[in-house]
Amino acid sequence: MDWTKPQGRPATAAPPPDVPAIELKGISKAFGPVQASKDIAIRVMPGTIHGIIGENGAGKSTLMSILYGFYKADAGEIFISGQKTDIPDSQSAIRAGIGMVFQHFKLVQNFTVLENVVLGAEDGALLKPSLAKARKLLKELAEEYELEVDPDERIEELSVGHQQRVEILKALYRQANILILDEPTGVLTPAEADHLFRILEGLKAEGKTIILITHKLREIMEITDTVSVMRRGEMTATVKTAETSPEELAELMVGRKVLLRVDKKPATPGKTVLEVENLRVVDDDGVERLRGISLNVRAGEILGIAGVSGNGQSQLLEVLGGIEEATGSIRVNGDEVDLTGRHSDGQTRRARSIAHVPEDRQARGLIMDFTAWENIVFGYHHDPAYQKNALLMDNAKMVAEAEAKMQRFDVRPPNPQLSAKNFSGGNQQKIVLAREIERNPDLLLVGQPTRGVDIGAIEFIHQQLIELRDAGKAILLVSVELDEILSLSDRIAVMFDGRIMGERLPSETDVRELGLMMAGITDEGEEAA
Amino acid sequence: MDRLPPWVDVVLIPIISLILAFLISGLVIIGIKEDPVEAMRTMVQGALGSSYGWGYTLYYATNFMFTGLAVSVAFRASLFNIGGEGQAMMGGLGVALACLFIPWPHWSFALVGATLSGAAFGALWAAIPAYLQAKKGSHIVITTIMFNFIAASVLNYVLVNQLRPQGSMDPASGRFPDTVALPNLGDILGLVGIPFSRSTPANITLFVALIACVAVWLLIFRSRLGYQIRAFGKSEPATVYAGISPVKITMLTMLISGGLAGMMAINNVMGEAERLVLNAVEGAGFIGIAVALMGRNHPFGVFIAALLFGFLYQGGAELGLWTSIPIELRIVVQALVILFTGALDNMVRMGVEAIYTRFRKAPPEVIKAAEAAE
Repeated sequence: MDWTKPQGRPATAAPPPDVPAIELKGISKAFGPVQASKDIAIRVMPGTIHGIIGENGAGKSTLMSILYGFYKADAGEIFISGQKTDIPDSQSAIRAGIGMVFQHFKLVQNFTVLENVVLGAEDGALLKPSLAKARKLLKELAEEYELEVDPDERIEELSVGHQQRVEILKALYRQANILILDEPTGVLTPAEADHLFRILEGLKAEGKTIILITHKLREIMEITDTVSVMRRGEMTATVKTAETSPEELAELMVGRKVLLRVDKKPATPGKTVLEVENLRVVDDDGVERLRGISLNVRAGEILGIAGVSGNGQSQLLEVLGGIEEATGSIRVNGDEVDLTGRHSDGQTRRARSIAHVPEDRQARGLIMDFTAWENIVFGYHHDPAYQKNALLMDNAKMVAEAEAKMQRFDVRPPNPQLSAKNFSGGNQQKIVLAREIERNPDLLLVGQPTRGVDIGAIEFIHQQLIELRDAGKAILLVSVELDEILSLSDRIAVMFDGRIMGERLPSETDVRELGLMMAGITDEGEEAA
Repeated sequence: MDRLPPWVDVVLIPIISLILAFLISGLVIIGIKEDPVEAMRTMVQGALGSSYGWGYTLYYATNFMFTGLAVSVAFRASLFNIGGEGQAMMGGLGVALACLFIPWPHWSFALVGATLSGAAFGALWAAIPAYLQAKKGSHIVITTIMFNFIAASVLNYVLVNQLRPQGSMDPASGRFPDTVALPNLGDILGLVGIPFSRSTPANITLFVALIACVAVWLLIFRSRLGYQIRAFGKSEPATVYAGISPVKITMLTMLISGGLAGMMAINNVMGEAERLVLNAVEGAGFIGIAVALMGRNHPFGVFIAALLFGFLYQGGAELGLWTSIPIELRIVVQALVILFTGALDNMVRMGVEAIYTRFRKAPPEVIKAAEAAE
């Protein structure tokens, strides 16, 4: 670890292998009445990858925030390499050799890679020596760990995968011995994720300790040595990864047996409900986001759109949902839909029996400050059934209806007067689904139905989608989770760079092939639609 | 997190803020070597101690109810309408024109006509900034402020060049005909046998303002338009998803807001002055912002806050009259009230929240939600 020397601080001595690199004892933290962490204990040995898995809100992020000095624990002790350490702020965490790669990167978009790496760790008032040193270091790291990034490129020019590498480089530049990654693969393609895992393996071989926080069972099984499961702020188990199974972990996470696979009958597609032809969208910057999309969805089938986020899937959903304007043609049940002008908005789409579960439920699908019942009316508030008279709405009726829908969709708690923001991610999504599915639409557009949703709710949401399909409705599903696409879809279309790269049947393809298509690579002879 | 029960949020926090504001006002009064207890007594006595004082307090409160409602309706759509002042000025012009040029057979017809006319002028004056924001992206805070100045200039021009009676040196319109004189509050209360001073400017407009409070409440919380306004105010991306047009909601909200501000003119122009003078609004448009802030943008909160500011206005004037405390202190007290109830609201709130969560268990609803979130 020669490269740590120019930093001007003594390199941390490698701890003896039998002392945990990091050990937590009795960590507790409460936010008001909510106990976010309860008596947490972990030991992570140096040179290992330790996974922390749990549902949203299980307390993973709180725990990591305590480790990185964002929160102060109410009780408990932290030991780094056997030394009791106080971490009152992130500077102390960095001094203790902890590096953090956040889910949402903390990079200055219009700075170069080099500037971002040095930012906050400059050696003096003059930048030049620090930059030169960082440049040398970056080169060494690139060779050692496959962490290549062009040091002079601006962050905004980099792909998400490369931005993540910059975050890792930042941590290494600050001599991190313990690297914490929070949901690192959420934004990556399968290939990029594989690359990240190779980097992590390399770091592990160097003796670094890695803590991986995720809710994806597959990643835990693939890369970790040991894994801790969190549920409701408690550590329910810590096991060797080799000695456990995804089913067991899922059960530990949720507290009951979970069906990991979707149970469904083969589809019986009927008449074509949605026909899309040559759809094009040019955004405000003049960039063409949809470059001639054509597809169709039939009654009683689910068409899954796979792709890395940012390849036009969002635009496709928004055009279909009447949020964005486009050129081309969309027909629903054989009738043309307006794509521009006054008759192209969410209201007219709903009138045509198109329901839309948007990708971003917190910004679009729900109004977080509205109560559940106000949200269940949202978008359908023009329904004459909701009017008491010409002037006033029938609040009592809307509340009662909302409560019934919440019961049917198992929203917990089924209290229509509670604000949307007080529900968990899964229950928020159930509120949106209840609103859209209960309208019995001919076509349902669904974006990222289970993003940020806990495993128990995922199972329920998938069942609802399958039921709607079996009721003879057409469903267009957009998801960045390949597993979800593979298990729900009857046909899969892969999007890349605003185009459809091709269609596959789930039974005749696999993650590898789809992953290549998502990266824009198709077999020869396969025409890109 | 809405961890605090409603009564703490709506009642306790404003009261604590008020007490803090009054305490510091007291310190200021001590600082200028006067007696704060005596000052407080003078204010309460002057504003609330007689039906004469009440009359003035209610007259000011009526103005503030209209402008407070105007600001709060716009706030519900996340629009910061600072143009209440200008909209009320233009409303005055509308009221004056209706009173001067239409031969009303009876004051009741005149009241309806002048209300509509004032509202229309105020709404029109708000519509231009609204259009510029909705369609052209100019910020409504900037444009409404500028429109206050433009309104003042327009009024100046119209009064000096058009409405000023021949031979008059005063930039004001002629007196309205006697048929449009609105019943005084003392006359109205006299009808039901309540003795009340007849020499105050308080008039029937007070009841129009009360009706407006209820109407705005129905609009915001019970009507579809109100639902859309609130949705737009909370999340524009979501309203676009739902197919609610931001342009339409911005325009409608500002029309209503400007209309309410314009309606204030029936109180001060038609009810009190009975002619249109320069600066008839006297800053009520700006007080409306404070009233809306303190009233939590809720029509009933606005009602209470308007009464409080009416009290401050009248009591402050009494201070200047009966004590050696300069009348400017009224502005100091008002500023402190605005500072504590508006700008420093979070400071008090955080303190109360910390104390509350320490001494009481959270309501069961929140705990349940937190558990469901796990």
